[in-house]
Amino acid sequence: MKLFRRLLPWLLLAFAFFVLPALLSQFRLNLFGRYFSLAIAALGVDLIWGYTGLLSLGQGIFFSLGGYAIAMHLLLVTKNDFTTGANGLPKFFENYGVDQLPFFWEPFWSFPVSLVAIFLIPSVVAGLVGYLIFRNRIKGVYFSIITQAALMVFYHFFNGQQKLVNGTNGLKTSTTEIFGLLVGSDDAQIIFYRLTLILLPAAYLVCRYLTNARFGDVLIGIRDDEPRLRFSGFNTTPYKVVVFIVAGALAGISGALYTVQSGIVSPQFMSISMSIEMVIWVAVGGRGTLIGPILGAVIVNYLRSLVSEALPEAWLFVQGALFVFVVVLMPDGIYGWFTKGGFSRMLAAFGIAKKTSTYPSLDLDESVSQEATSLK
Amino acid sequence: MSSPILELDNVSVSFEGFYALTDLSFKLEQGELRSIIGPNGAGKTTFLDVITGKVRPTKGNVKLRGTSIVGLPEHKVARLGIGRKFQTPSVFEHLTVQRNLELAASPNKKAYSLLFESLKPSVKDEVHRILEYVGLAPVAKLQAGALSHGQKQWLSISMLVAQSPDIILLDEPVAGLTDEETAKTAELIKSLAGDHTVVVIEHDMEFIRDLAAPVTVLHQGQKLTEGSLDMVKQDPRVVEVYLGQESDEH
Repeated sequence: MKLFRRLLPWLLLAFAFFVLPALLSQFRLNLFGRYFSLAIAALGVDLIWGYTGLLSLGQGIFFSLGGYAIAMHLLLVTKNDFTTGANGLPKFFENYGVDQLPFFWEPFWSFPVSLVAIFLIPSVVAGLVGYLIFRNRIKGVYFSIITQAALMVFYHFFNGQQKLVNGTNGLKTSTTEIFGLLVGSDDAQIIFYRLTLILLPAAYLVCRYLTNARFGDVLIGIRDDEPRLRFSGFNTTPYKVVVFIVAGALAGISGALYTVQSGIVSPQFMSISMSIEMVIWVAVGGRGTLIGPILGAVIVNYLRSLVSEALPEAWLFVQGALFVFVVVLMPDGIYGWFTKGGFSRMLAAFGIAKKTSTYPSLDLDESVSQEATSLK
Repeated sequence: MSSPILELDNVSVSFEGFYALTDLSFKLEQGELRSIIGPNGAGKTTFLDVITGKVRPTKGNVKLRGTSIVGLPEHKVARLGIGRKFQTPSVFEHLTVQRNLELAASPNKKAYSLLFESLKPSVKDEVHRILEYVGLAPVAKLQAGALSHGQKQWLSISMLVAQSPDIILLDEPVAGLTDEETAKTAELIKSLAGDHTVVVIEHDMEFIRDLAAPVTVLHQGQKLTEGSLDMVKQDPRVVEVYLGQESDEH
């Protein structure tokens, strides 16, 4: 049983990697690829919110920056009728009479530079914003407000700059080419799907490294009692900046993967609702755990697809109800509910499983039994 | 005479015109155990805030081993060897008791060190020794949030011991403890003095008596008097600030 539990995540991963592509239609598979890429951003939200206790409502900034980075590269290197205009620049520039490539597009000619930019640009922005916020000891609701305000600033900038980034229309990647392969084609999409399934566990392992040992203890310490940590000799600012940077980098990678799989990056990724939804995924899945956000992102987004297909207008109500349900009845999220015995309690309440009159967790707890014997 | 390890020189702290401390001067010798008492609002907690860098004095100077520490952030003051326990037992509730102590005991508190280095075995041994000493070893693997109030107080003090500062500042260490626990805490604190310089702020007079240490009485942000507990109790001014309001009513 223990071995099974240990192998389960890898089995699921192998299933998703090898079996799902054969089972699902191209359309469904592509949707799952998107869910898995969103799970990477959710891991970042969990680091900064679930572990460190700082509710960032601005993760959409980093998510979009990653998306724009890959989209700009794809638009530049692609030379086909859909994407390229008469002057050799991406087509949308024609609409606004731009015939000189804006300077910040130049680095994106290079594939390696663009790959690095996907996580480096969000990291740098997160580092700068984070340093200014945390150095001034802004936390709690003020941190949330400032990150949301920053999100608005970025949204309005990208939305308003037609001549630089095509404004509200965003950058369309589905008609671009990568290594001679049309990005929107089935062949390319299955590669992106598998790439996502490689990067998601990698992101998970990075997060586990950060949270498992002493660094993670400090993060939880910041959440529980930050002043105490300071008086113990910890400068909490660098810890928070590092976590914010990692969360930003993960959001950037997530945004790039999401962009190539959804076929477009637009300022809508920086809408307020998008960033709040990321928080909802983590809350639903279970914050403060690393499995929770992955579960949450996949389940909520899958549900969203199903509900939207059946009743297009109903999703926002369902999402709101889901959030309220989880906050009220499952404060630890779905994963926390399972691991903390909620599931077995529910079975017992319906008379399916036997009610336990004792506390089995206490019987198994070494320290408690040790204390009990010492009292005898 | 050796120079004092900690010295407050005419320190005043004002919060928008309200003076929490007024021209307070205070000296602490190496290895000393000192109790501080005073009625509510006497400025006891502000006194600790000034020493630990939480509050910047409006006027005056705070010197540690002859060097001014005014304006340093809390973590730097802590790294110079001043540790503090708050009024309420502040522990990291979602970490195990052992991990609470390991954080406090960690000799290097920089982010990269905690990311890439593991804790030295000698520090782990020290943590185990402390756990055994204060009787928290059986609950070492439990989350600190699950502890009783008394155990949290002890963990809080243990974390200070693990941090091993030169100066230990304790704000109401026995608040809410049973008599037995209080007596035990007094023993612990007395055993700390000597190696460490200890300042205890308390309301519990029995406990102050147990400590048998020189007492400083604060009142309205000023030092009223200093001396042994019996001496201080004889002082008519002390009697007045503690019982004064009562005589006014007559």
